[in-house]
Amino acid sequence: MTKTAISVSDLSKKYDDRLAVSHINFEVPLGTVCGFVGPNGSGKTTTMRMLLGLITPTTGQGHILGEPIEHPEKYLSRVGAMIEGPAFYPALSGHENLMVLARLGGFPVERVQTLLEKVGLGERGKSKYKTYSLGMKQRLGIAAALLPEPKLLMLDEPTNGLDPEGIQEVRALLRDLANEGTTVFVSSHLLSELEIISDYIVMLRKGEIVFAGPIGELMAQQQPTIIAKSLKKSDLNRIVKIAKDAGHHAVIRDGAVHVLADMKWAPVLNEAAFDAGITLAQLAPQLPNLEETFFEMTGDK
Amino acid sequence: MFNVIRAELRKLRRPTLFFGTMGAVVFFSGLFSALLYLLIDSPQGNADRGQVISREVLALASGGVQGFANVGGFLGIIALCVFAAQTAQEYTYGTLRNLLVRQPSRMKILFGKLISMIIFALAMITISAIVSIGISAILAPTVDVSTDLWFSSAGIEYIYTTFVNVIISVVGFGIIGMVLGLLLRSPISAISFGVLWLLIVEILLIAVKNSLQSWLPGYQLSTIASGGTIDVTYSHALAVGGAYVAFSAIVASILFVRRDVAN
Repeated sequence: MTKTAISVSDLSKKYDDRLAVSHINFEVPLGTVCGFVGPNGSGKTTTMRMLLGLITPTTGQGHILGEPIEHPEKYLSRVGAMIEGPAFYPALSGHENLMVLARLGGFPVERVQTLLEKVGLGERGKSKYKTYSLGMKQRLGIAAALLPEPKLLMLDEPTNGLDPEGIQEVRALLRDLANEGTTVFVSSHLLSELEIISDYIVMLRKGEIVFAGPIGELMAQQQPTIIAKSLKKSDLNRIVKIAKDAGHHAVIRDGAVHVLADMKWAPVLNEAAFDAGITLAQLAPQLPNLEETFFEMTGDK
Repeated sequence: MFNVIRAELRKLRRPTLFFGTMGAVVFFSGLFSALLYLLIDSPQGNADRGQVISREVLALASGGVQGFANVGGFLGIIALCVFAAQTAQEYTYGTLRNLLVRQPSRMKILFGKLISMIIFALAMITISAIVSIGISAILAPTVDVSTDLWFSSAGIEYIYTTFVNVIISVVGFGIIGMVLGLLLRSPISAISFGVLWLLIVEILLIAVKNSLQSWLPGYQLSTIASGGTIDVTYSHALAVGGAYVAFSAIVASILFVRRDVAN
């Protein structure tokens, strides 16, 4: 039995002369939450569409739950998806919209009400979709994706339009699903959210993979920073000199010295500063977060 | 396939669409049939394009379905609009991707949609037949048209034949609407193009060159509904209209199956 939910090899999509996705390779293990990140237009949605059989790849192969993406009929009954935001019939209610999809997929219609309640739309299920707020539409999209009791859930920006409480609920829902064994492949521009819930990260830039692997591995690749603040502002430049003399890159930013160095070097800096007659007001490690890592790797900031 | 049909019927039975369309069918079926009798002595004619249908013709066994046959072409235009809108809306709402994720076989989606819309069209045609024949039966005695032959065995056969012809015609118009929806991917564009072609372009072309009435698709499909005309025989209309429908359906199906769903 396959251990990967998604496996992609040399996958490309070309529109006329533009290569939207360029020879990408990555794997997502079963039962994990995988964040799919990249700037707008980096090829995330195109990749998701190829994985769902909506568009045909120009080159390369892909497998979903062990089945080739050329035969989406072999795996889509076990996949839930919401791509490029929710899309439903405005004149039908949320309940009716889900009924259409439940009938189409041959899923038990009893699940419709259960799912509406699960995403917090239990009381608004009979209202027409066109009367829904953006957040409610998003919740209905997530409910639709959950209809098949998916082994793999692919969500494109599921927290768009949700309030902080809604974002927290979606985060908890995705984590619960992963704990129950569902693989979650989710793209979001809220990188802080992905950092909290993801085990894996696939990072795209201009259609190419920048990083694909466990989030811990990604963060480990990033050099930690030591933040040092002196009691006297005039001592900041002297701290920079101490760091540079020891061969570390250091800059003054926001009234503190940021030294690119492992935390093991912090006691050495402390001692050197003491010897130089500098009183440190703060000496703390700062690990880079996903957002900083993303911008650094994609070069977008 | 059965799942697709059930899912599609859920969309088609929404009250605004179902009752709105059936209301229009009742109104126009009643109007077309009523005018046949109310304008029977009018020098401007009592049927489509100034045709005069006399008391003698209306008293024949085929007289009872004259109004129904006349409204057939109009039912076709309604079917074209419904089929085009139901197909193209999947692109404008972006719902096609949802359908294809739940049913990856595009041909099943296409045929399921078609069958569900044919069921809708059958409801339209049945209601139209009841209203047309009913109004005709009520109004005929008021203008001295005998209805004795209408419900004879020959009359019943005419009802049956006309019903089948109207179905063929309406489904043909519907498929053309569906093809326009698939090609233009916008309900407004598909309906505008279809209705303008049928109600303006074809009429102008026939006015300029009368022999074109044997070759234009809309005219052939309307001719099928009325069982043939003096200028265009039923079998000719069936062959030419069928060829148009089959060719456009094949092209649209190939496009639908192969085209990327990128919206």
